[in-house]
Amino acid sequence: MSDQVLSLEDITMQFGGVVAVNNLSLEVNKGEIVALIGPNGAGKTTAFNVITGVYAPTNGKVSFQDKPIISNFPQGKMKKLYSGENNGKYTELIRKTPDVITKLGVARTFQNIRLFKNLTVFDNVLIAKHMNIKSNVFSATLRLNHKEEQTMRKESMELLEILGLAHLKDEISSSLPYGQQRKLEIARALATKPSLLLLDEPAAGMNPHETHDLTAFIRMLKDDFHLTVLMIEHHMNLVMEISDRIYVLDFGKLIASGTPADIQSNQRVIDAYLGVADDE
Amino acid sequence: MDFAVFLQHCLTGISLGGAYALIAVGYTMVYGILRLINFAHGDIFMMAGYFMVFASASMPWYIATPIVLIATVILGVLIERTAYKPLRNAPRMSIMISAIGVSYLLQNLATYLFTALPRGYPTLTALKKIFQIGPLSASLVTFITPVLTLALVYVLILLINHSKIGMAMRAVSKDFETAQLMGIKINRVISFTFAIGSLLAAIGSILYFTDRMTVFPFSGALPGLKCFVAAVLGGIGSIPGAMVGGFILGLGETALVAMGYSTFSDAFTFILLIVMLIFRPTGIFGEKVTDKV
Amino acid sequence: MMKMKKSTKIILSVLILIAAVAALWFLDANKNQYSYAISILQRSAIYAIAAVAMNMLTGFTGLFSLGQAGFMAIGAYTVAILTIPVEMRANVYYINGIADFLANLSLPFWAALILGGVLAAMVGFFVGIPVLRLKSDYLAIATLGFSEIIRAIIAAPQLDRITNGSYGLKSIPAFGSIFEVFFIAGICILLMILVINSSYGRAFKAIKEDETAAQAMGINLFKHKSMSFIISCFFTGIAGGLLAVFMRSIDSKTFQIVLTYDVLLIVVLGGLGSITGSVIGAFLMTAGREWLRFFDNPLVIGGFQVPLFRTGFRMVIFSLILMAVVLYYRKGLFGDKEFTWDRMYNYFIRLRDRIRRKTPGREDKGNV
Repeated sequence: MSDQVLSLEDITMQFGGVVAVNNLSLEVNKGEIVALIGPNGAGKTTAFNVITGVYAPTNGKVSFQDKPIISNFPQGKMKKLYSGENNGKYTELIRKTPDVITKLGVARTFQNIRLFKNLTVFDNVLIAKHMNIKSNVFSATLRLNHKEEQTMRKESMELLEILGLAHLKDEISSSLPYGQQRKLEIARALATKPSLLLLDEPAAGMNPHETHDLTAFIRMLKDDFHLTVLMIEHHMNLVMEISDRIYVLDFGKLIASGTPADIQSNQRVIDAYLGVADDE
Repeated sequence: MDFAVFLQHCLTGISLGGAYALIAVGYTMVYGILRLINFAHGDIFMMAGYFMVFASASMPWYIATPIVLIATVILGVLIERTAYKPLRNAPRMSIMISAIGVSYLLQNLATYLFTALPRGYPTLTALKKIFQIGPLSASLVTFITPVLTLALVYVLILLINHSKIGMAMRAVSKDFETAQLMGIKINRVISFTFAIGSLLAAIGSILYFTDRMTVFPFSGALPGLKCFVAAVLGGIGSIPGAMVGGFILGLGETALVAMGYSTFSDAFTFILLIVMLIFRPTGIFGEKVTDKV
Repeated sequence: MMKMKKSTKIILSVLILIAAVAALWFLDANKNQYSYAISILQRSAIYAIAAVAMNMLTGFTGLFSLGQAGFMAIGAYTVAILTIPVEMRANVYYINGIADFLANLSLPFWAALILGGVLAAMVGFFVGIPVLRLKSDYLAIATLGFSEIIRAIIAAPQLDRITNGSYGLKSIPAFGSIFEVFFIAGICILLMILVINSSYGRAFKAIKEDETAAQAMGINLFKHKSMSFIISCFFTGIAGGLLAVFMRSIDSKTFQIVLTYDVLLIVVLGGLGSITGSVIGAFLMTAGREWLRFFDNPLVIGGFQVPLFRTGFRMVIFSLILMAVVLYYRKGLFGDKEFTWDRMYNYFIRLRDRIRRKTPGREDKGNV
């Protein structure tokens, strides 16, 4: 088994005639923290949605731990609208649904927080434990699965403690301050015991101080939970400090990839996104 | 069955379909704008029938008819203002429940005011006159209905595509919030939509009940639902679609009754709906919309 | 929120249970005197089951289904067909005679009831396959459509020898004792509470809150929606079976869409997402309808006939009350909260505090 956890090959996502992601190929290896950056609307969240099975790509293949989980090629109406290349390269039709992909070990957070708003903090995490339940609905109803329920609750509580949310466990999740809500989303994602964690703008709405804490936090999560991380982010400090590698998207196309040092000095990226550096 | 009889059935079917079409258009317009299945629409249709019963009792038809039309429009707009407007920002389920509540209220109101016994619908002698065109013979109203339906829908489509209020309606149905931000007076557009829908329902009710001859408090419930199905068939949100859906339904029902399966004519409608929702949920003329995550 | 001691709560619950059983015993002993009250209570219990089942589907899983009447019909007809005494059957099916395989097929009440529920659940499974992936508005209309299709099948002359078509079924044997309905209702509702508070119930709630997020958390949408639907249909079928026995005779007109609306309005009245609300709502609605009979009879005050009071007025008042709840008290009586001893305890504590603060000379906490 190779070190490759995730690979995207020639992923194109078209909505009608609009090309949101254009021929994107990337890979993430075990234990890396990889960042996906680019101006707003560059197609980053769309890429996440393809990886997690929410959208079927117009063309291309996604593999997780060397096994294909998504594979598609233009059909029907799309055939005419498809403006990309690689025609004929992908012949399989594999479309695993998001819940199956999560069960394989891919967890994600959402750009606009999608907590279970009216449920408590504890329940939000506990629900993420449901996917591995062994008892069927009959034994669960008759409370014959006491042990399993206890384990789920214990693990959920532990996660809340690690993320510093234990004292809020009975609060309704939508009543939490924004930063805590983001943490809760991460706790919930971790509850699914993933090996790959997709973070969509984890630092959104945070001030520089909070962002700094987040850097250490993500590193801690990666080490303690043995994760590989793929992250969409706009806060360049966080990105540059924590990422092993970076991919840059602009208008759906990959325009650069490499280490933080490479990206910082890449003219195309600077033009598209970073702006002119002060000392240049 | 010989050809003349077959044609006769077709005529009946198209005529019934015309009445259905007018009601279906009302449903589709309201759904297009508010994303609401107006469960009460069929009962507005029923109330229009009763209005005519009482108006005709004391007035000649050429005064009674406009009064019925106006009264129904007022009823429709009133319902929108009192029962749907307060819930505009509530979750979708709430407003649907409100529509069910209004339907419930109207049926009970009709039972209270007019008793549950069927009332005779006034015969507008002019409309009931039997005409003969070739091998087909039917009352004038049967001949008029499809023609009137086509004419009204045509005028409506012209209105939607070439008038200011029509453009406003189209904008609101595409994007409710942005339309508001662009200065469109939402309340007026919505009231206007309900007014037109109710007007068409009133006309439809005149055409429908003239043939049926009796009205009772529940005479709107099932036709109402069937017309919603017709709207879905044609593509919810599409006015020509609703019309086509209405005709298909009218013809289908008549065919079933003619073949002796009248008990299944109601079920047929719903079977058609299920089949439609499975294989082509956007209907005949509908467009696909992808949700953004 | 302060909590009561667990032992206190258990004692209170047991006391209430004993009081309820005692009340029923009393009513049973005076059956003839209180037959009216008994019938209202029984009807309420039956509607309570249907309401909780619908709430589980709509309030907890977020699936707006309007098919209850059809599933109740399945349960009702199963029980009716299998429990009408064999000797009476020729009499009931007087026009076309009963189908041969049914002529002597008979099951004890409880077996027929469970079978009714199972059949309703099976139909629910098949209906769910096409219908559950539709958006909520379409789901409502599609389930409503199925309800009408089921009714049409029951009323079809082709099936006369099984369902007796439009002539309906009568001579359904009554309940053995007054306790039966309440016992069955209690068990059904208890089971549904257990489902909702289990891990699967939490998954249902997650689906209602945010389908996309639920899916991202590994919850298979179709499997769980289907599960909720099937369970709901099972208990709805049971409610239908009980209704058949309660009414002693049924026909397809019993199961028109209005029946579904009745159950829906109970759920709305009690609060979408509150089981307590559905149960209490069922009793309020059923009893309320009877109390409102006051409005159906002409009212004369001091020689003046008050206008408006005649037959049918009560249903208008009733509908207006319902509209008021839907428009202004959208959360219903209980919102999405349940009755718990802790809540009631806290309510009384707050009440006591409020009274204390208003009474001068007591617990003076300064000039506030």
